[in-house]
Amino acid sequence: MSSCDTKRPSRVIDRNALDDLLGTLRSRGYTVIGPRICDQAIVYDEIQTTDDLPVGWTDEQDAGSYRLKKRGDDALFGYVLGPHSWKKYLFPSAQRLWQVTRDGEDISLSPEGGEEVNRAFIAVRACELHAMAIQAKVFIGSEFVDPTYHVRSKNAFTLAVNCGQAGKTCFCASMNTGPRVDGGFDLALTEVLDGARHEFLVEVGSEIGAEVLGTVDSREARLEDQHTVDDIVANTVAQMGRSVDTADIGDLLKRNHANAKWDEIAERCLSCANCTMVCPTCFCSTVEDVTDLSGNHAERWRRWDSCFTMDFSYIAGGQVRSSTKSRYRQWMTHKLGTWHDQFGASGCVGCGRCITWCPVAIDITEEVAAIRRTEVEDATEPLKRGA
Amino acid sequence: MSITELAKEPMVLTDPMLPTWFRVQSVRRETHDTFTLELAGPNDGGEFSFAPGQFNMLYAFGVGEVPISISGNPVTTDPLVHTIRAVGAVTRAMQKLKRGDLIGVRGPFGSAWPVMDAVGRDVVIVTGGIGLAPLRPAFYHILAHRNDYNRVVLLYGARTRDDILYRDELKQWRGELDLEVEVTVDSSVGRWRGNVGVVTKLIPRAGFDPENTTALICGPEVMMRFTIQDLLNRGVEKKNVYVSMERNMKCAVGFCGHCQFGSKFICRDGPVFRFSDIEDIFGIREL
Ligand SMILES: Cc1cc2nc3c(=O)[nH]c(=O)nc-3n(C[C@H](O)[C@H](O)[C@H](O)COP(=O)(O)OP(=O)(O)OC[C@H]3O[C@@H](n4cnc5c(N)ncnc54)[C@H](O)[C@@H]3O)c2cc1C
Ligand code: SF4
Ligand code: SF4
Repeated sequence: MSSCDTKRPSRVIDRNALDDLLGTLRSRGYTVIGPRICDQAIVYDEIQTTDDLPVGWTDEQDAGSYRLKKRGDDALFGYVLGPHSWKKYLFPSAQRLWQVTRDGEDISLSPEGGEEVNRAFIAVRACELHAMAIQAKVFIGSEFVDPTYHVRSKNAFTLAVNCGQAGKTCFCASMNTGPRVDGGFDLALTEVLDGARHEFLVEVGSEIGAEVLGTVDSREARLEDQHTVDDIVANTVAQMGRSVDTADIGDLLKRNHANAKWDEIAERCLSCANCTMVCPTCFCSTVEDVTDLSGNHAERWRRWDSCFTMDFSYIAGGQVRSSTKSRYRQWMTHKLGTWHDQFGASGCVGCGRCITWCPVAIDITEEVAAIRRTEVEDATEPLKRGA
Repeated sequence: MSITELAKEPMVLTDPMLPTWFRVQSVRRETHDTFTLELAGPNDGGEFSFAPGQFNMLYAFGVGEVPISISGNPVTTDPLVHTIRAVGAVTRAMQKLKRGDLIGVRGPFGSAWPVMDAVGRDVVIVTGGIGLAPLRPAFYHILAHRNDYNRVVLLYGARTRDDILYRDELKQWRGELDLEVEVTVDSSVGRWRGNVGVVTKLIPRAGFDPENTTALICGPEVMMRFTIQDLLNRGVEKKNVYVSMERNMKCAVGFCGHCQFGSKFICRDGPVFRFSDIEDIFGIREL
């Protein structure tokens, strides 16, 4: 791809063609996964046709609140994000790592990670593409590679969507991760719904994306279609509910480890871990070892874990982070600060999920602003003698 | 296909979470709660190269896996040696292992004591409790290359006389004319006529040239704090002080997130750190 040229939609398809496109993906062996309504929320699950999408629905979100509402039109992608993120497929919440059987002197280990299903992810938003790239750095970006993560991400097809509206908890614009998709997709759509016109402008991001698009009816995009994308995205930016001032943010948080704000947040935070479960970049896990009754067959499982749990930092003698304050501080400082040092990017993409799904409406954007307002000088606790 | 550019890049796909099976060659009781395992590799005593300070993840069948430093000799590398204090489910299961039993091993992981950088200098080792185990390989290295170093000091603090690890070796080392080895106990119950008090009490008396000293420290975090302070007070430079840190670990390869320490992953960037690299976070409580 030429680097300086912003990508432009090259083709235009209608809803029937989009259904054909999903058909093509299925015929190529992909399990097609997209947004659909379940238990009054938009989640990611297998879909067959565009009828399975939340057609005509939108979501209203705010700190600690989420509800679905009818839109009054037939938009396929007229909502933002629900509680699920794609990490559910790339980094499953429970995964067997291996199993082992002992038979007298012999021991046999069977690794997991045989053939994985190939998945096509439908309606991936800009912030989520960033989140995937960020999480990939953890699992396949260092000298140690998680082979199952590698297979899943390599084999996935991503059909991205430019957001046509922003939620009240979204702040991707200030995190530089959206709302326009800027790479890392196979195909990207922009939904245009204007009176009787219902079309999807398509950008091609990869060879396989071009191949798949080539199997369905489409027309050439015109110059005004390209402007349409710009207008839609600009409108979304203008609606963006929240923002974070990222200037110097890593150092700000690090030098404010003793700020009294952390105590105030801790008074509200339930340490429930919701924020880490819904966050598309949170990657912490624990392992669980189990045996059968004979004691000769054992399995090792990996499960999502959270820095908000008490056990997370346990070492003999007690928890390193026994207070809620220290756990919230760890989470937020990691997301917005130390993540940069570790992986060269922010650990937060501004998707707003942690704000929406926090039962007590704690808002990361507000808290970081509060820390900034109440900035204190570094107050490393003095060494105390006598231990 | 293009979820991330990364996924397309060629990479080595050996699963770092898969253990290798070692066989227990011997179990030696060190103290009432601490024991040393000698392990033979799958290829009958195959070499296990490691650098002093590195650790393995040891897996007790069906019970769990824990980080344990390698405490054997890096020069001979066979067998693989671990000294373990039984404190919970996994380490207690390991205490019950017998000759011939299998144990899962992943590693070696992590950073090492700067035994090469310390060449030509005084080396001061200060340790407490089980902290002697991760330092023993460094000490073995120094003994094997004794002429490369100036004065060598080992200060070791145990809880009581009965908690002293590697007693025979300590006696032997103490008998060498070119080593200064001092042992102290926190409380003297029963027959003990040696030093009593925290290990830091030994620092002022130890013979070393602070400006030309590399210090290696491992023990409980409070002990390390005061040791560092006393060494700095004597004039040792921050950049020549090294500590080994401990945090919960579930993977040792940077996946699980448990061992984060500010911007460091202790499993990958540590466990051995140059003090000047972590100075600004070392004292922060509950970090
Ligand atoms: C780099 C490193 C090197 C170590 N080297 C040694 C050594 O050479 N000898 C030795 O006896 N011990 C060593 N430890 C400590 C050892 O890992 C713990 O004692 C052990 O994990 C306890 O597990 P458990 O299941 O028996 O105890 P439990 O208390 O039942 O453990 C519960 C959980 O907490 C974790 N945990 C408990 N204590 C610690 C701890 N101190 N550090 C990290 N995780 C802990 C366990 O892994 C487990 O997940 C080392 C720790 C680290 C991080
Ligand atoms: S920290 Fe919150 S806003 Fe940022 S990526 Fe995670 S869930 Fe989204
Ligand atoms: S910030 Fe909110 S969602 Fe996160 S642990 Fe605290 S109460 Fe739960």
